[in-house]
Amino acid sequence: MGIIFPHLIKILMPNKTFFWFFLPTGLAMILFIGLPIISTGIQSFYAQHDQVVKEVKKCDPFGCTVSIVVDNEETTKIRNAKPLGKFNAFGTYTDRNHLAVDEIKKFWNETESFGAFVDQVTNLPFYKALIFTLTYCLFVTPNVLLLGFIIALSLNAVARKIRGPLIFGTILPMIVTPLVGSLVLFWMIDSQGIIGANIQNLMNDPYLSLKSSKTLTWITIIIYGIWHHSPFAFVVFYAALQTVPQEPIEAAIIDGASRLQRIKHIVLPHIYPVVTFVALISLMDNFRVFEPIIGFSAEGSAQSLSWLIYDNLVNEEVILFGSAAATSMMTIIGIAILLAPVLIRTWKEFKTAR
Amino acid sequence: MRKILVTLLFLLFGTSAFADCNIKSGSINILANDFPALRTFVETSKQCKGSADFKVTHSSEHNKIAVPALTANPSEFSARIAANSSIVPLMNQDLIRPLDDLVKKYGKGIQDSQLITIDGKVMAVAFMANTQHLYYREDVLKDMGIAVPKTYEEVVAASEKIRASGKMKYPYAAAYKAGWNLAEEFVNMFIGHGGEFFKAGSAQPNINNAKGVATLNMLKKLSELSNPDYLTHDSEAIKVEWESGNVALMTLWASRSGTLLDDEGDAKITAATKLTGPATVGGGNIPAATLWWDGFTLAKNRPDADAEATFRALAHAASNKKMVADASDQAVWLVEGFVPGPKSIGVIEAVKMGAKPYPMLPQMGLMHGALGSEIVEFLQGKESAEQALKDVEAAYISKAKEQGFL
Repeated sequence: MGIIFPHLIKILMPNKTFFWFFLPTGLAMILFIGLPIISTGIQSFYAQHDQVVKEVKKCDPFGCTVSIVVDNEETTKIRNAKPLGKFNAFGTYTDRNHLAVDEIKKFWNETESFGAFVDQVTNLPFYKALIFTLTYCLFVTPNVLLLGFIIALSLNAVARKIRGPLIFGTILPMIVTPLVGSLVLFWMIDSQGIIGANIQNLMNDPYLSLKSSKTLTWITIIIYGIWHHSPFAFVVFYAALQTVPQEPIEAAIIDGASRLQRIKHIVLPHIYPVVTFVALISLMDNFRVFEPIIGFSAEGSAQSLSWLIYDNLVNEEVILFGSAAATSMMTIIGIAILLAPVLIRTWKEFKTAR
Repeated sequence: MRKILVTLLFLLFGTSAFADCNIKSGSINILANDFPALRTFVETSKQCKGSADFKVTHSSEHNKIAVPALTANPSEFSARIAANSSIVPLMNQDLIRPLDDLVKKYGKGIQDSQLITIDGKVMAVAFMANTQHLYYREDVLKDMGIAVPKTYEEVVAASEKIRASGKMKYPYAAAYKAGWNLAEEFVNMFIGHGGEFFKAGSAQPNINNAKGVATLNMLKKLSELSNPDYLTHDSEAIKVEWESGNVALMTLWASRSGTLLDDEGDAKITAATKLTGPATVGGGNIPAATLWWDGFTLAKNRPDADAEATFRALAHAASNKKMVADASDQAVWLVEGFVPGPKSIGVIEAVKMGAKPYPMLPQMGLMHGALGSEIVEFLQGKESAEQALKDVEAAYISKAKEQGFL
């Protein structure tokens, strides 16, 4: 959000006021967002030093064996000389667990058909995660916009008396912690849960499981995503709907415009900037999809870019800082690419508005 | 509930055990996994804390906290209860201190067999052993006239028979949750087939071979006899499946037997729950299981006073005959005076059958991680065993290169 608010605020303020108004936020952003990103970027170009190992005798309650350990004395010496590690340039970015440049070249030369090539590429961890992340974004974002808009329109039309409780009920999915929300659904779709068991009955297949099928897991996570994010779109749209001027709508009614025509020609153009804003935020949020994967224990079937970073940092007993940093940088670049068209457009509009 | 019970037990019986360790200073802060035996162990050590400050964190997420917490200087924890696998990252990063001086000074009562020595230096003191072994429902097997399985081939045959009879839809269970758990099942089965994870004397992977394929095929057969949600099931989830009576054969940790055989849950199922050694596979004679020890290690980045206080408190528990007598059904204690009960059959059988310990190698964590995510698609039927093993090796090699092992 930090990227967008300054623009909105700047429209309202002269430059000097804006500078002083923005200074504290700007400093905080540099300190807490800018510097960590730079440090992550630097980290991604380094790998661990070559491990110095030695053979030693290890004894435990089950007996003794001769095997290897890391030679800590030697390692400390190397580490103290070069604490960042071994300079690896783009080595981590291009390795098999990331962009897999060599593997893709190999697949291209070896595979007979384009289908086989795609199969091979999507079997690589980074591309597997990228495809899930993009699929999630492409399905969730438009649906969130649409659903949020429809809910906002319908709630705007109901009697004022019951609007309060209805609004509260509608934003509940956003209030519920993502992890809790996904866990609730996770238990419901269990093969013995209320949804899972009923689907088995309905399909008459006792071996059907929403959690074991990749496609069904993806669908579940996407539906969960829409459920969780719609309230945000709804709240913003609902607020925007309150600012739609009544005169043109009344005029349109007199001219005989239908409800749909009124929405299309008056309401939508009026709240258009807000739609862009919600689309931007949703895209950013969805590209970083993570919690539902943990909540649904879906690591086996669905991996996102954020999950890859998490996996590199905590799932291994050996922490892979370089890998995690490289994936982080590529996620940031990914978000930037996704947002570029919308951002450029907003910027142009902002310039012409002045 | 269990926590309250344990506490009550100590209130009742613990009074006489308040050994005065005469610890005058220092602060003790322990990081440990969360299961009953470890809680008992830490509670016991607390009895002799003297005037030292005592804190403990029990968490099933202990692996994720350990390295960052011990890297800080001074480190957050003064001791970490580790196991074969989790001591490795601590050793790799040089985060734990040798204990020889402390063992000499305060280690009275600790048996030599409890000492984990690496290159002649004591790096940890073990106090319990663990493994994964078979659990079976005596009533179900008897009804069907099935003998207690000794091999995984027999487990498959028995499960198929139970399913065919219509008695249970998913007669077999094991913790196949994608990630660490699934990889652990692969490690067990691969060792059962006589596999070696790395080429001799190097960090080059060695799993893409006939033994690896046989391992995957067996895992797949077993998964088909499990609840279709198996990729989301960890030890806790299959324990629940067992207690609901959905399962007749299960591979599970020995340390969980206590919670299966306690008074909570259906008494009929509890009474019919029996333990036996781990199964062998593919005609091999060593079990498809790994032996584990749990022991304590001390953080390097802590003042000597803290290390001393922590060691004395933990050594008190690691040599406590009363604790192993009172909690004899919670674990297979390696402490002197332990008399194995019926719940320790699994581990004792595993040791007798010559089970191998989990490989304590610096690069094993990377292999384990690669296995946990790359063999999933084979189990889902989306790729061949050879392709899955190729993927594991490729994923491992990239990680090992980044980490400087290759």
